[in-house]
Amino acid sequence: MKYKIFIGLILSEILLILALYVFSQMLIERRSIEITAKKILVRELMLTDLSIWTEARYTRHPSQADLFTPFQDFPSSVEHFPAGSIIAPPENIKTWKSIKRY
Amino acid sequence: MEKHKKILEYTLSSLLRRRYKNLAIITVFSFIVAALYSILFLTHSLKKEALTVLKEAPELIVQKVSGGRHDLIPTDYMKRIQEIYGVGRIIPRYWGYYYDAITDSNYTLMGINGTHVLHSNSKDNENYPSPIPLPQGEGARGRVKDVFSDENIKGLKLLNGRMPSNRKECAIGKGVSDVRFTGIDGEIFLIDSKGKVLTFHVVGVFASESAILTNDLIVINKDDILELFGMPSDRATDIAVEVYNELEIPFVASKIREILPDTRPIMKGEIIRTYETLFNWRSGVIFTMFLGALLAFCILAWDKATGLSAEERQEIGILKAIGWETGDVLELKFWEGIVISFTSILTGMIIAYIHIFFLGASLFAPVLRGWSVLFPPFRLIPYVDLYQVFVVLFLTVIPYVASTIIPSWKAAITDPDTVMRG
Repeated sequence: MKYKIFIGLILSEILLILALYVFSQMLIERRSIEITAKKILVRELMLTDLSIWTEARYTRHPSQADLFTPFQDFPSSVEHFPAGSIIAPPENIKTWKSIKRY
Repeated sequence: MEKHKKILEYTLSSLLRRRYKNLAIITVFSFIVAALYSILFLTHSLKKEALTVLKEAPELIVQKVSGGRHDLIPTDYMKRIQEIYGVGRIIPRYWGYYYDAITDSNYTLMGINGTHVLHSNSKDNENYPSPIPLPQGEGARGRVKDVFSDENIKGLKLLNGRMPSNRKECAIGKGVSDVRFTGIDGEIFLIDSKGKVLTFHVVGVFASESAILTNDLIVINKDDILELFGMPSDRATDIAVEVYNELEIPFVASKIREILPDTRPIMKGEIIRTYETLFNWRSGVIFTMFLGALLAFCILAWDKATGLSAEERQEIGILKAIGWETGDVLELKFWEGIVISFTSILTGMIIAYIHIFFLGASLFAPVLRGWSVLFPPFRLIPYVDLYQVFVVLFLTVIPYVASTIIPSWKAAITDPDTVMRG
């Protein structure tokens, strides 16, 4: 009897997960218009970055930051902002031999 | 089949006998799995959205670099860039940051001449000119022609109200609107570089759905931004360059560096790569959190693998003494591992989904927010990578089941009398 309850519990969890997955696919379809709207904003306002971290210019616009940011005050100065620690160094810094000038 | 059912039935009875201990294991295991899945769901969803929308970013942004820092770029440079073969429209961008001492927040200010698409979606667009013309001729922005056609943009809610069409008008992001307690027909005060207070009439508020792009944005007229920042009229913040053929972008970038050595062209591919790295689960704090959860799981599995409790050893001894085969004992332990790991994994997965996509990653928000005063609410689109789902599933179920079976196997092959005596 207990095994029937267990199998029922596992099956209901699997069904719930499948329902959430189907719900995700439907939501992606329904919100595709929102993505189109965002694409228009990016295209027409010529945006380059997401507006997530507004604490420093190199966290607000990580793609437009100076080449030596976050060491903006002096070489080897420590990083000031918590958001900076979320961003990993770019690949070309890790393998510095492949640094390109642009 | 009947035998397996009986063993499973016995397994569940055995687990229920130690219900508090097993409930504690399931709770801890579920939360560890929920943390792992939350990180994967959050990073994948953000990355997918960023990479999709930023595909429409300018092909090239040209910055002037002076003393190793980003400097204002002379608009004369546009003529030099225009001479390069394969270059389309060249548009100067006027933007900058504004620290608002009243709210302690930073805004991003952007100066525009007006945009066609946004205006065709605003309420009084008939009377508004279109200073940035739509592309003319074959090939010009052809790839987005269908996406941005008038039929497609109808009904899209980009902003409430309209974009600024005259001096001293502005459209603001939802975050700015909330923090300054203002909205359409309200006013916003900004202090210019000479200390003079400039009053802007709010004519539009960007829809909250687009907060991830526009939360801290204040869009004003180009001449207003020149006045506000005290910028010379022959300078821009940077220059956006359209390149007809995407394959030619690196060539155009190197050509720009050749003819204008004090500039730094940033390619669209680099912007996209930045966001790929930024939202990669293997980077920075996200990875630290992921590693922490993974380590907690390893400790849990290790604790199971390093030995059985005296009670468990005694149980195995009794089962062997009453005639259970070693294979039966192993099957019992296999089911024990499966019951605990599957219950925990599925519960953890459901908790993670609800946390990220229904509750907007509310537990991670304080970590991600940092010192940002204006932080957009996460309304994440539920992009789920099935590959990641199955990787975590196999990486947690198999080690846990193995760590349950191995010590039991050691006990099961020992003489029952020795096992029972400990």
